[in-house]
Amino acid sequence: MTLAEKILARAGGKKIVAPGEIVTAKVDVAMSHENADVVLKAFREIGLKKVWASEKIVILFDHRIPAESERTAATHKRVREFVAEQGITHFYDMKLGICHQVLPEKGHSIPGQLLVGTDSHTTTHGAFGTFAAGIGGTEMAGVWATGEIWLRVPETIKIIVSGKFKKNVSAKDLILYIIGELGCDGADYKSVEFCGPTMDDMTIAGRMVLSNLSMEMGAKVAFCPVDKKTIEYVSSRNTNKSGTPTPLWRRIEIIKPDADASYEKVLEFDVSELEPQVACPHAVDNVKPVKEVKGLKIHQALLGSCTNGRLEDLASAAEILENKKVAESVRMLVIPASREIYLEAMKAGYLETFIKAGALILNPGCGPCLGGHQGLLAAGEVCISTTNRNFQARMGSPESFIYLASPATVAASAIKGEIAEAHE
Amino acid sequence: MIKGKVWKFGDDVNTDVIYPGKYLSITADPVEMAKHSFETVHPNFIKEAKPGDIVVGGKFFGCGSSREQAVTCLKHFGIKAIIAESFARIYYRNAINLGLPILVCKGISSKVNQGDIVDIEFETGKIKNTTTGEELQATPLPAFIMEIINTGGLIPYLRQTAKK
Ligand code: SF4
Repeated sequence: MTLAEKILARAGGKKIVAPGEIVTAKVDVAMSHENADVVLKAFREIGLKKVWASEKIVILFDHRIPAESERTAATHKRVREFVAEQGITHFYDMKLGICHQVLPEKGHSIPGQLLVGTDSHTTTHGAFGTFAAGIGGTEMAGVWATGEIWLRVPETIKIIVSGKFKKNVSAKDLILYIIGELGCDGADYKSVEFCGPTMDDMTIAGRMVLSNLSMEMGAKVAFCPVDKKTIEYVSSRNTNKSGTPTPLWRRIEIIKPDADASYEKVLEFDVSELEPQVACPHAVDNVKPVKEVKGLKIHQALLGSCTNGRLEDLASAAEILENKKVAESVRMLVIPASREIYLEAMKAGYLETFIKAGALILNPGCGPCLGGHQGLLAAGEVCISTTNRNFQARMGSPESFIYLASPATVAASAIKGEIAEAHE
Repeated sequence: MIKGKVWKFGDDVNTDVIYPGKYLSITADPVEMAKHSFETVHPNFIKEAKPGDIVVGGKFFGCGSSREQAVTCLKHFGIKAIIAESFARIYYRNAINLGLPILVCKGISSKVNQGDIVDIEFETGKIKNTTTGEELQATPLPAFIMEIINTGGLIPYLRQTAKK
């Protein structure tokens, strides 16, 4: 069986499952952010007093923090009250950062487990070998009530990656290239398994970029290999301050697809010659090499999000911005993905580099990524961004334009005031 | 069986287009949500569409975010069904869970036009374009999904099972 099949078989209490089959699976982790407000409203309508398992629900705020409106403040308040009433153990309020970064940091993303989240980029947790899929709020109310969810066993596409990245080319360029090739629905309803020598060398942060953006080709789940690196990360995140493993720790183990697993498709990519890529407006699969659009004037440069707001992303941008200035005409926004990353970036001196270069540092969270607040675009404006969606009107005016690229490309473009390649 | 007038959209209509992110802080007022359906990119929709109409999409309708407001807004606008060549999976599930009938029908984009009147029979997946007389076959929904939709969505469905 493939990874998706193995995990769904386990969660569905079956020996074996095949693509197309529908299983009723037991959920290990149920994650929500601000939209927990939608969930709790639906949950109340069911008429149950208690959620199925208060220790399996994780809630935090990241989309609109600190509250940008009175309405959001009221949302936050209602959710806090619900959390207290239900005794939900894992509630992080607005203090830690973006859900897809905070859950792994807090040890909730575990190989072989079933995680559902009321956020489409829940695929991110597949980087740890977790069957992690996005669902809607009403469906989550069902999970809170029963602890179960029906899922169709997906077909799996295997993607073998080989070769070594050139300088200033990274996982972001690779996944943009793949989405450009497969199209935005190239993996709709499917599971994706990334593997191959490049994956073995890739950092956890890089793997998270691939699993995160696989959503933009429609994937239901997107796995990276579970290896020593994964186990080290996950175990270290499930150890108490005193060094004792938490109860979850015993369940952490390497999980691999069977050697005879059957795949719908096997695709191969070699990254040795890959050049920096950019997704042009208004679709994530409208991908071109950066050199084809370079010279285009930009107004905003955004470094952050659940896609590319991790320490190595900030490091790669800081290296380029060191002793340089962001162009006068550009607003550069930097948003570390979590408080932990914020602190590390501060210690490493990256934040100082950004501030000296003229960038604004915002609090960990989603920021303008979904167009809620903190840096929206006016008609006619162009933003180069490390985020994962460039849909029309996503970040403000329907007449604004978002280009998606790597942290290196965003930093280089911020300096030039136009889309630029990092090595120039 | 339902009958309705078609509102036609193209391929890859995403949830930001159906329901813009800036209105996501509206969580509890579906009537207000309905007013923002397709607002930024297709402003004609809210002005001209009528309760009882049917939305027809191309491939990969509802791609993007998991926001179920992108279903809620259409449901409360009074849209009676959504038919498309294919759907993004979260959107498809959200529609079922909110009790809005949703059908996959290959070839629909080329067989219906804006303003056509169609008849839909959910149990069999038969669709008839009464304007052109053409008949189409959609993939019928599995029985347990039909049951969720007929009960009005997942919440009423669970309320029923919780009582049992
Ligand atoms: S950073 Fe953007 S893509 Fe990621 S969870 Fe927040 S809004 Fe969604």
